[in-house]
Amino acid sequence: MRYLCLVYPAEDFGPTPEQARQFLGYRASAMDAGVYLDAGRLQPPDTATTLRDRDGEHVLTDGPFAEIKEHLGGYVVLDCGDLDEAVAWAAKLPGVRNGAVEIRPLLELSA
Amino acid sequence: MATVSRLIGDLEIAEDAVQDACAVALRDWPEKGLPANPRAWLIGTARHKALDRIRRESRRTELEAASMSELSRPVSGVEGPTRDDELSLIFMCCHPALDISVRVPLTLRSVCGLSTAAIATVFLVAEPTMAQRLVRAKRKIRDARIPFRVPPKHALPGRLHDVLRVVYLVYTEGHRTSEGPVLVRADLCEEAIRLARVLHELLPEEPEVTGLLALLLLTDARRPGRVDDQGHVVLLADQDRSRWNREQIEEGSALVAAALAQRAPGTYQLQAAIAALHSTAPSAQETDWREIAAVYGELIRHEPSPVVEANRAVAVAMAEGPAAGLVILDALRANPQMDRWPQLHIARADLLERLRRPRDAAEAYRLALQLEPPKVEREFIARRLRGVVP
Repeated sequence: MRYLCLVYPAEDFGPTPEQARQFLGYRASAMDAGVYLDAGRLQPPDTATTLRDRDGEHVLTDGPFAEIKEHLGGYVVLDCGDLDEAVAWAAKLPGVRNGAVEIRPLLELSA
Repeated sequence: MATVSRLIGDLEIAEDAVQDACAVALRDWPEKGLPANPRAWLIGTARHKALDRIRRESRRTELEAASMSELSRPVSGVEGPTRDDELSLIFMCCHPALDISVRVPLTLRSVCGLSTAAIATVFLVAEPTMAQRLVRAKRKIRDARIPFRVPPKHALPGRLHDVLRVVYLVYTEGHRTSEGPVLVRADLCEEAIRLARVLHELLPEEPEVTGLLALLLLTDARRPGRVDDQGHVVLLADQDRSRWNREQIEEGSALVAAALAQRAPGTYQLQAAIAALHSTAPSAQETDWREIAAVYGELIRHEPSPVVEANRAVAVAMAEGPAAGLVILDALRANPQMDRWPQLHIARADLLERLRRPRDAAEAYRLALQLEPPKVEREFIARRLRGVVP
C-alpha cells in the first residue's frame, strides 16, 4: 500500500549540505528496501499561491491554503506492507527531528 | 473472533460474521446437537459468511477477484493456537495510531465481545455515538492497514506499554464508583483480569505484565469490602477484611514477588507491591506504612505524578504522624490542577481531623464538596463533615 508522508520540519531546519547528504542516504536505503516511490522538498510557504473556486469563479490568493504555524516542508511517497512499516520509514526521515510527519494511506484505485 | 479477524483481515466484516454464525448455532445446535468441534465449526461458518458478504459487495474487479481467490484458499490454523490470534487482536485494538479514547471501547467490543450498547452505557454516551466511534476506528484499521500481529521484539516494550494501559483502564472503568449499572462494571473488572491473564500466559517473561495481573487481582480482591450494604464507600481502614478474597490475595502476592525478583521494576509491579502490603496486613494499624511510603517514593521515580505524591503523603502520615503527611499535601496545593482535585482536600481534611483542628478540617471538606466529586463521594464527604461540625 502506498503512503504519503507529509513532512513538517522544525523551524530551523536547513537544508544544509549535510542534511541533503542525509536525505540521499535515506533515499538509497529506502530504494534498496523496495519502499521508495517519490519525494520532493517544497520551497518556502511565501512562494505559495492558492486558487479557490466559487461556482466556477477562480480567485487567487497569496500564501498557503492553511495558515498554520508549522509549514509543510516536503513529502515522500512510500510503498509499504502496513502502517507499522510506513511509520518506521517515516521516523527515519532527516526532516522529522523535532518536527512532525503526517502519514496518510493513498486510496488505491482498482479497475 | 480473533481467528476470524486474522482470516478475513477486516474487523467490521469479521464481527458481523461471528455474530451471524452464533445466531445459526443458537438456532441449529439445540435441534441437531453440537458439532464435533464447536469452535472450528463457528470459525468455519463465520468465515463463509464473511466471504459471502465480500463477494456480494465487491464489484468483482480483477484486483478484488484476485484477493478473493487468496482468501478462499483452504486455510490452516483454524484450530491452531488461538491465543496468538487473541494477542494479535489486542495489539491491533491498542495500536498507538488509534485515538487513546477509542482503544478501550474497541478492545471491549472486539476482544471482550461486549455489546456496543453496554459499552455506550459505561462511557455515558448514546449508543449511536459509540457505534460511530467504533466504526471509524475499524475503518482506520482497514484503510491505513494497521497490522494484525504481535509486534517484533524491538518494538514490543513500547507497544506492550500501550496494551497494559488499555487493560488497566478497562479495570478502572469497572472499578470506578461513579454512576452506571453495577453489573456491567463488574463485567469490566472480570474482563480486565482475563485479558491480563492471557497476556501473562503468552508473555510470562515480562515483569510488568505479571505486575499488572498481580495489581488487578489484589485490587479486585478488596472489591467486596469497598462499598457497604447501602452502597456507601468504606475507607480502607474501616473495611471488613474478612470480606476480602483470600485466594486472590495469595495469587496476587505470589505474582508480584515473582515479578520483582526479575529486578526490572516498573509502575505496575510497584503499585502491585503496595496493594500486596495493604492486602496482607491484618488491619490498618498493623500495616507496614513505612515500607508503603518507601515503595511510593520508588514509584514516583518511575511515574512522576502529583497524585502518586499525594498517596505517598498519606502513607507518610500513617508512618510518621499526620503533621508530616500534611506538609506534603499542602505543598501539592501549589499545583492548580491538584488544588481542584477533591481527593486532595478529603485527605487533608482527614489529617487535620487527626491533628484536632476541626475548623480547618471542615473547611477542607467544604472545599472538596465545591469541586463536585461523584455522587457516592459527595455523600461520604457530607457524612464526614457532619462528624466534624456537630
